[in-house]
Amino acid sequence: MTEILKTEGLSRYFGAVVAAEDINVTITEGEIVGVIGSNGAGKTTFINMVTGYLPPSAGTIAFDGSSIKGLGPRKLMRKGLSRSFQIPQLFLDLSVLDNLSMALSASESRHLEMLRPVRTPERIAAADEILTQMGITQYRDEMVTAMPQGARKLLDIAIAMLANPRMLLLDEPTSGVSTDEKHTLMDTVMEVVKRRGLTVLFVEHDMEIVQKYVTRVMAFASGIVIKDGPVEEVLADEKVQELVTGKRRGSRGKNTETHEGGA
Amino acid sequence: MLTVWAILIDGLIYASWLFLVAAGLTVIYGVMRILNMAHGSLYALGAYAAASAIGWYYNGGGDQLWIALAMIAACAIAIGALAGLIMERGVLRLMYGRDEVLMVIVTFAMLLILEDVMKIIWGTTPYFAYQPYAAMGRFNIGVLTVSGYQLMVVGISIAVGLALWFWLERTKIGKILRSIIHDREVSEAMGVNVKRMFTITFMIGAVLGAIAGGVTAPIISVVPGVGVEVIVVAFAVVVTGGLGSITGAAVGALIVGLARAVSIHTMPELELFIVYAVMAAVLIFRPHGLFGQAVARKI
Amino acid sequence: MGLQKSEIMLVVAAAAIGLLSFVIPDWLAFTTTLAIASAMVVLGVVMLMRAGLVSFGQGLYYCIGGYAVGMGGRFLGVTDALLLIGMGVVATVALAMLLGLLLTRYREIFFAMLTLAFSMILYGVLVKSHNLGSTDGFGVGNWTLLWFDPEGGKGSKTVLWLATAVGLAVALFLNRYFGSAIGLACEAIRENEVRVEYMGMSRRQILYINYIIAAAIGSIGGSLTSLAAGHVDPTMAYWTISGEFIFIALLGGTGHVAAAFIAAMIFIMVRTYAVELFPNSWQMILGIVLLLIILFLPKGIWSLFTRKRRVAS
Repeated sequence: MTEILKTEGLSRYFGAVVAAEDINVTITEGEIVGVIGSNGAGKTTFINMVTGYLPPSAGTIAFDGSSIKGLGPRKLMRKGLSRSFQIPQLFLDLSVLDNLSMALSASESRHLEMLRPVRTPERIAAADEILTQMGITQYRDEMVTAMPQGARKLLDIAIAMLANPRMLLLDEPTSGVSTDEKHTLMDTVMEVVKRRGLTVLFVEHDMEIVQKYVTRVMAFASGIVIKDGPVEEVLADEKVQELVTGKRRGSRGKNTETHEGGA
Repeated sequence: MLTVWAILIDGLIYASWLFLVAAGLTVIYGVMRILNMAHGSLYALGAYAAASAIGWYYNGGGDQLWIALAMIAACAIAIGALAGLIMERGVLRLMYGRDEVLMVIVTFAMLLILEDVMKIIWGTTPYFAYQPYAAMGRFNIGVLTVSGYQLMVVGISIAVGLALWFWLERTKIGKILRSIIHDREVSEAMGVNVKRMFTITFMIGAVLGAIAGGVTAPIISVVPGVGVEVIVVAFAVVVTGGLGSITGAAVGALIVGLARAVSIHTMPELELFIVYAVMAAVLIFRPHGLFGQAVARKI
Repeated sequence: MGLQKSEIMLVVAAAAIGLLSFVIPDWLAFTTTLAIASAMVVLGVVMLMRAGLVSFGQGLYYCIGGYAVGMGGRFLGVTDALLLIGMGVVATVALAMLLGLLLTRYREIFFAMLTLAFSMILYGVLVKSHNLGSTDGFGVGNWTLLWFDPEGGKGSKTVLWLATAVGLAVALFLNRYFGSAIGLACEAIRENEVRVEYMGMSRRQILYINYIIAAAIGSIGGSLTSLAAGHVDPTMAYWTISGEFIFIALLGGTGHVAAAFIAAMIFIMVRTYAVELFPNSWQMILGIVLLLIILFLPKGIWSLFTRKRRVAS
């Protein structure tokens, strides 16, 4: 299977602070990888480096064989790498349909195209399709401000998917969403992921979610990856339990940290 | 060779004046993230107040230079503090939390208001307050002559710079202000009374602007509009040096002062153009100015 | 692509002005022309505001447009009004393409103050240039429109027709523009830059194009003004003029293209009287009203008429 993402020695420093150090990771196409770690452990730094938001201090990143180090979000998007945000980044003053039409127009347009209206029949069709897949068709003509948080997260992820990425990075997709909705949200997202054959990397604090949806886990602590491997193996690891999930008596590694603060 | 010396001396004198004008502007921005367009009005208020005081004093028969200078200082400080207090408490308070650019428009509105307030109080005929300038004579530096008054301005500027530095680095209030500059939210979370600090900062910035105007009054004819022209140059200084940085204001003042001196001696029509060209050049290499900080976007 | 309802209203309004022009007194024709010309510049300010930027220096292009008309006639012997306007636009676009490279790197405050600075630089240069009359400026020569000579050179009716026609064209164009992909992209940039980049759009490129178009229409406004007034002088680039345009933009709001014209008309009529009655407090009144608008009517007076609901057309 193809290697889709590979980092070597990836590091990021802020002055004397080590945000991330020597991350070596290889992800093959089709994998669903969970990224766990307590706050400040380096997960978001890692995602931000891979998605072009932060330039690395050292190391290399290759996407699909070619180096993407230092490329900005726009170029990465065109290469097939998309991300969603912990706090949904949406255009609140526009309707859901317009948000999606904008995303489509952005990903396809050349300059003069931009003088044409945003809503074209093709774009509306594509938008409607993803709205159905994500189960948020009822908000189609509503302003984003009228949507609850869970729906907004789905919209945020939908926008990331519109670019037809090969790899999707989700930053805490269930944060800020109520516990009963989390699973519905993830079910919906993973359904679309499977259908489109995407590779997914997502940051998550809820170990139940992690166990249910991923095959592989990377555990971060203090800026380095302390364990990387199959789900059960990582979650059972002593160090991981100590530094990330917390020592638990009992068989299920459920950890609903008070990190609902995504809103 | 003579021209080089002339340029250097002119540049230095002008730079010291620029620093006095720009210091208040940059301090306010650093702490409050407000670019105060009305800073020019505070400068003008200081100039008018000083000119009035000097005129009153000398016409009443006074002739002691040091009294006149003290009056300049006192009037400038008084009017700066008063105007600053009214502006901050009366207007800015109502608008906090708004977009940065909206705040600029708010300060622009205050500029409009103050320009007319000054016209109403002082009229439109020019005020002259040349007496202190004349009383300080001229000195020779090599073959060039410089006025004593302008040398004094250089001294005042250095003193103000040192005082600001000392205040920010060594006093408790200074430390609090620096923490606010660094991160307002964190400071608030740590219990800093940001509102009161804002008032104090704004008043200090206003006083600095007024002092710059007061000190300049004896050198110019004080007319409506002096404040606005000042703001344009002050902005170039502050941007070149980096918004919010006092060191930046000092270095920016030196650079702009020298650039202007060069222009005046070679191509006077392009004075403002050269100043801004230099600023643009700096910005190409350091987009936030020499000592400015990029404000990190938080996702 | 038929005309929308509001666009039909614009055409009707333009036609109405055309018809009324035969019966209204000269001073009213002149005022209306000035209002339309100012609205051009104001729309440029609005275009930038929609992208989250405030320009304190549209006066720069306003001035260039005016001086192009004056200098075209005086130094190059060009008399056709449309040609003169075109010359202004060409000069403006050239300069805007250059300045835009620097300006689009910046947001908010830097942008605001840099634009102020550039227009003040032009002011400084013009004031010191004796060939161009320094502070007095100079008069605009007789001009023609296409093939006929308007009422002996500076007819107020002809310039009103010209302004109305040009104003209508610009209004229709901008109405489409605001609803187009790039128009919405500008608003998106104002709202959420990060998302814009992650969607694959280049913030800089979009703002660059937006800036150049805004400059061009500012230039058209300046040209129309000088054709109507018969005179140009450096104050066209002075910061207070740019400030007035911002005031009108805030007064009208960014909701609809028509708002700029209405607000400009109100402003000019009020100013004509106020400057006569309160020469030393007119600016103060302006400042106070500006503060009140910001406090109570953040979306301009247009918000009093419509419930704003932004829908892409």
